[in-house]
Amino acid sequence: MTGTSTTTGAPAPLAVPDLCLVVLVGATGSGKSTFAARHFKPTETISSDFCRGLVSDDENDQSAGKDAFDVLHYIVGKRLAAGRLTVVDATNVQPEARQSLVALAREYDVLPVAIVLDMPEEVCAERNAARPERAGAGLRVIQRHRRELRRSLKHLEREGFRRVHVLRDTAQADAAEIVRERRFNDLRHLTGPFDIVGDIHGCRSELESLLTALGYALVRDEAGRPVDAAHPEGRTLVFVGDLVDRGPDSPGVLRLAMGMVAAGHALCVPGNHENKLGRWLNGRQVNVAHGFAETIEQLEREEQRDPAFRERARTFVDALVSHYVLDGGRLVVCHAGLPEKYHGRNSGRVRAHALYGDTTGETDEFGLPVRYPWAEDYRGRAAVVYGHTPAPAATWLNNTICLDTGAVFGGKLTALRWPERELVDVPAEQVWYEPVRPLASEAPGGADGRPLDLGDVTGRRVVETRHLGPVAVKEENAAAALEVMSRFAVDPQQLLHLPPTMAPCATSAEEGYLEHPAEAFAAYRADGVRQVICEEKHMGSRAAVLVCRDADVARERFAVTGGVPGTVHTRTGRPFFDDAALTARILERLGRAVEEAGLWEELGTDWLLLDAELMPWSLKATGLLRHQYAAVGAASRTVLPAALAALESAAARGVDVSGLLGRQRERAEDAAAFTEAYGRYCAPVGDDADPAAGIRMAPFQILAAQGRSLATLPHDEQLALIDRLVAADGGGDGDGGEGGDVRGLLAPTRRLVVDTEDEASVAEGTRWWLELTAAGGEGMVVKPLGAHVRRPDGRLVQPGVKCRGREYLRIVYGPEYTRPDNLARLRVRHLGHKRSLALREYALGLEALDRLAEGEPLWRVHEAVFAVLALESESVDPRL
Amino acid sequence: MFLTISTSGDAGRPATDLGFLLHKHPDKAQRFSTSYGTAHVLYPEAGEERCTAALLLEVDPVALVRKGKDRGRGGAPDSALAQYVNDRPYAASSLLAVAIGSVFSSAVRGQCAARPELPGQVRPLRIEVPVLPARGGAGLVERLFAPLGWRVTARPVALDERFPEWGDSRYVSLVLEGELRLADALRHLYVLLPVLDDAKHYWISSDEVDKLLRAGKGWLEGHPGQRLITDRYLGRRRGLTRDALDRLERLALARLAESDDTEPEALDNAVDEDEDTAERPLPLAVRRRQAILGVLRRSGAARVLDLGCGQGQLVGELLKDARFTEVVGVDVSVRALKEASRRLRLERMTERQAARVALWQGSLAYTDRRLAGYDAAVLSEVVEHVDPPRLPALEYAVFGAARPGTVVVTTPNAEYNVRWESLPAGQVRHADHRFEWTREEFGAWAAKVAERHAYTVDFAPVGPEDPEVGPPTQMAVFRKCAAHDPHGPHDPQDTTGTTRAAKEAKAA
Repeated sequence: MTGTSTTTGAPAPLAVPDLCLVVLVGATGSGKSTFAARHFKPTETISSDFCRGLVSDDENDQSAGKDAFDVLHYIVGKRLAAGRLTVVDATNVQPEARQSLVALAREYDVLPVAIVLDMPEEVCAERNAARPERAGAGLRVIQRHRRELRRSLKHLEREGFRRVHVLRDTAQADAAEIVRERRFNDLRHLTGPFDIVGDIHGCRSELESLLTALGYALVRDEAGRPVDAAHPEGRTLVFVGDLVDRGPDSPGVLRLAMGMVAAGHALCVPGNHENKLGRWLNGRQVNVAHGFAETIEQLEREEQRDPAFRERARTFVDALVSHYVLDGGRLVVCHAGLPEKYHGRNSGRVRAHALYGDTTGETDEFGLPVRYPWAEDYRGRAAVVYGHTPAPAATWLNNTICLDTGAVFGGKLTALRWPERELVDVPAEQVWYEPVRPLASEAPGGADGRPLDLGDVTGRRVVETRHLGPVAVKEENAAAALEVMSRFAVDPQQLLHLPPTMAPCATSAEEGYLEHPAEAFAAYRADGVRQVICEEKHMGSRAAVLVCRDADVARERFAVTGGVPGTVHTRTGRPFFDDAALTARILERLGRAVEEAGLWEELGTDWLLLDAELMPWSLKATGLLRHQYAAVGAASRTVLPAALAALESAAARGVDVSGLLGRQRERAEDAAAFTEAYGRYCAPVGDDADPAAGIRMAPFQILAAQGRSLATLPHDEQLALIDRLVAADGGGDGDGGEGGDVRGLLAPTRRLVVDTEDEASVAEGTRWWLELTAAGGEGMVVKPLGAHVRRPDGRLVQPGVKCRGREYLRIVYGPEYTRPDNLARLRVRHLGHKRSLALREYALGLEALDRLAEGEPLWRVHEAVFAVLALESESVDPRL
Repeated sequence: MFLTISTSGDAGRPATDLGFLLHKHPDKAQRFSTSYGTAHVLYPEAGEERCTAALLLEVDPVALVRKGKDRGRGGAPDSALAQYVNDRPYAASSLLAVAIGSVFSSAVRGQCAARPELPGQVRPLRIEVPVLPARGGAGLVERLFAPLGWRVTARPVALDERFPEWGDSRYVSLVLEGELRLADALRHLYVLLPVLDDAKHYWISSDEVDKLLRAGKGWLEGHPGQRLITDRYLGRRRGLTRDALDRLERLALARLAESDDTEPEALDNAVDEDEDTAERPLPLAVRRRQAILGVLRRSGAARVLDLGCGQGQLVGELLKDARFTEVVGVDVSVRALKEASRRLRLERMTERQAARVALWQGSLAYTDRRLAGYDAAVLSEVVEHVDPPRLPALEYAVFGAARPGTVVVTTPNAEYNVRWESLPAGQVRHADHRFEWTREEFGAWAAKVAERHAYTVDFAPVGPEDPEVGPPTQMAVFRKCAAHDPHGPHDPQDTTGTTRAAKEAKAA
């Protein structure tokens, strides 16, 4: 890349990279400005004269020098940061002036290029004479400039200029032609399609298998060794580096890669191991640790058969470019990852990052360098595909993916199809080399090579969500969630979603009611939502149900132990049942329903995540019932007859207690209604034959399956899938009647679609709710039929609101809440915080499911799930 | 909330004297405002032979919650009051006690202007409290009232006849009968209703001590349940309890001295349901701390982590020994840390003292960079509070990520449980124990951990070792193997072979 061209005779084009800092060097009067104006855009050229004028109103005020150059450096810096070729038009004959410009170029990771106008003295003098403002610059100045220039000429390359063009006279200057060359790393014009292969480390046989799996046809030499491979559809292979070391046949991998690159079938970026190999091949001393000894031995053997191999390898490695920008700038490939500001740039540190990643200088317990997790901060537009850090599986993170899946350590060799973004892998044939650090640990997230860290969840945090932007979590809420998550929750590997809270409909002014569906329909109509679905609200306990095809899937995919095919947890992530056998029994039954309904195949998955209600309420709420609800019932039932008897006796004696007696009688009626209300949701569970007898599950949403979030599937489609589950389970008369008779596990969810613009339909919805609640139902949830809906102004609408029945609300607001004076006070309730909370939790829940679907590492999913739990600890009226 | 007070009499001592005693006319229904509703006094019967006064408190449940929301001045400390569904409108609690104190104030004081001789007389009394919340059950009710001269009938109230499997509620229907002075009877109720309920509707302040001493005068001093009564009445506020006990002591009351050194939290051991740990906490906990301190001293550790430090007892012990230059207590519970900070008097330490100690919220379910680089870590009675499926996370956080030089783990020995007389067979020692290991199980776990993370492990008993079932507590001491890896710091600019393997560590 470095070179000096001294143009003599026929004008040769002057090549400059299309992004670089061009430093013009020449005495006053040498024609730099004229030259710049002819070859570069006016905006590309920043002249010191111009900057002098900016700070002093006089382009020739030499006393303004320092400030003028500060301004010049500032402007140049901004342009380079933005990736714009920039020309500095100043004399630049002194080394110090050039030094600061070289430093500036390096700061922005672009190449500095010098164009020297080494004009004869008389030409300069003549030009200056023609410009009255320069008349002061006498011959002596020109001579001094020329002296300094002459002294500098042969040092320019050592100063850091990667290209130096020297023009000796006016004829050359006039004839010069600038050619902007594409940078070596800029292959944006190549659109592939590509197959990008992770770290190979001498696993030639696995590479052959992978190429075959990708559809490449191998070409072999007379000895049967692969020397090339081509794809029938013209796809291009891209190696992310670390072809060599540790494995059984580094020369074989090199031979194939070199052949493919030479034939134009592949691109290759260097890994740190190629870098070391290159140094060794160039005769430098290197450390033979980390599997390099094997490579040397293999190369020496190879040399005996093919003496030219070593030199070919040297040439190949020396020519490798540290990273490539491909496919219109949408794809960046390098060995160890690259932050966006380095994409397409050239500098020592860009190369170092591309080869080694961002090391912190520390080492971990295995003596391996601690790497700064640059990808966690990556927000760039281009996908960055890299290798270097072995992990059990390749997963996308912030539009980056590491393809090193430890083939040489007995893992697998992985390729990414681009633009399809499909992963193709082949297993290692054996453990070729023992890893210093185990690829995976048993800790949650260890399977991604990144166990969950406290820093992922504590302190004030902002979680980026795709549906609601940043959602903030306060430190004290995170602290509360940490305790619950750590002490009581299921393993985070199984905790993929926590149900968001749901706001009630606006408070009703209807006589005798606190909540009424009219408010729900009106609110959605106001939000421009026409089709809503009313879903029966089951009175049980909320449960997130992860059901796997079998216990093996549960163990391998979610680390579920004990032979249970999944997990059932509560809204705060606690195991729903204490008894693993009962959990297993319920999940097995659910799994059979999924099987019979054909949903495993239809959804292409081995597991489903369901949002459901588990009934009866007394199953989980026994403690609450005993300490609160039934206790209040028992107390009222016992005390009120005694009080009434006393009042009646007093009245019989002629004492005037009529008002009090009347109120106590009402109180007794309310207490009886309350007792009736909670009693409806209680039933004994389990018998000798079946500990699960009497337990019913009403799934109302399938949240996720392998590789996809289903949370935004319209609710009618959702419920249609669930109806098939219920039917397959063989149950589902769904009358919510008494227990005891043999029924299925799964209960259907009754629903009604309402058109909020149609009065008759709205009236029908209200009637439906009245019937439902009169029959003892808890109430209903009203949701936009389309599930994930925005208002015309783009804001998210509430994913659902609940309308709870009049009798049910006694459990919430107390036995006597329906009395007019109580209702009047209770109507003063503030829903704003609850609504905001519901939306934030909803967005976080969706985010967790989206991250899960995209195969992001566990800590990313957990971050969002944890945030839901943290928000749940925000102080909000618990009765809403 | 409702109670009746009856008395019997004859022409010479008519039962209707009750009206004079209570200062409420038997033929009127009277009402009195209180902050949570209206108190009514009326007489269902009022004859010469028998007279019954009823006190009925109409509680406004909405006002109860709304007031409860403004915690602090006038707000409710009782979390039940934050619920609209609560038993306060029905059950006899501190609300009723307060009503007794205000509605019958002169009767409580033993004053009767019209008939000054009456308050001094004992009368046959029958008090009925249909719904009395009684934490501790009918047995405790009996133990509290019987020493005061009452014949006690306390019948448990079923939770819900429709669901017999739920059993009894925490309420009893109480009937007290005896020959007592009315003022004493009322003061018994005034103190013991909230004590049995074990909750108060108002914040307890220091004048509660005066109230207790006033209402308890003449009967509380000699009551065998005095400590329990004092402690519960004062809402388990230790400072106040000590204050009250001190003052009772100054009144030269007998029974205190002998149990003076009992920890206040051990006071409530009359009540079984409060017993959440089967082991006698003090001796074994002390032995455990001694054993741990011994190991740490021998290990030469200076910077020590107490992972799961709870209320900071071990941290406090460590701070007493100057060889421990830095002691960090880590717990997942912010509440525990606050308590630890209070116990250790962190805010009163000098800067130099405070610089040696830190309390952090942390969780071993996650790796934590702050924990790296310490000489030793203690996990005392911690692992058994973690669900077994989540132990690998703890294991990695401690042995894989933090990697202290020495790790001390103590945990109960499940085999020893048969030696705890009060522990039913098959049960764990603490409600929050997710498991308890036998010696073999603990040994297997520890050996696996040590192997996986390059530690050695030794075991030691803590507490008296039983020849058959071993010690009550088992302890494992892990030591990190030296020179586990040959690698040193990393330098990507390696050009010479002399800087050794370290340089190429990056190569992985």
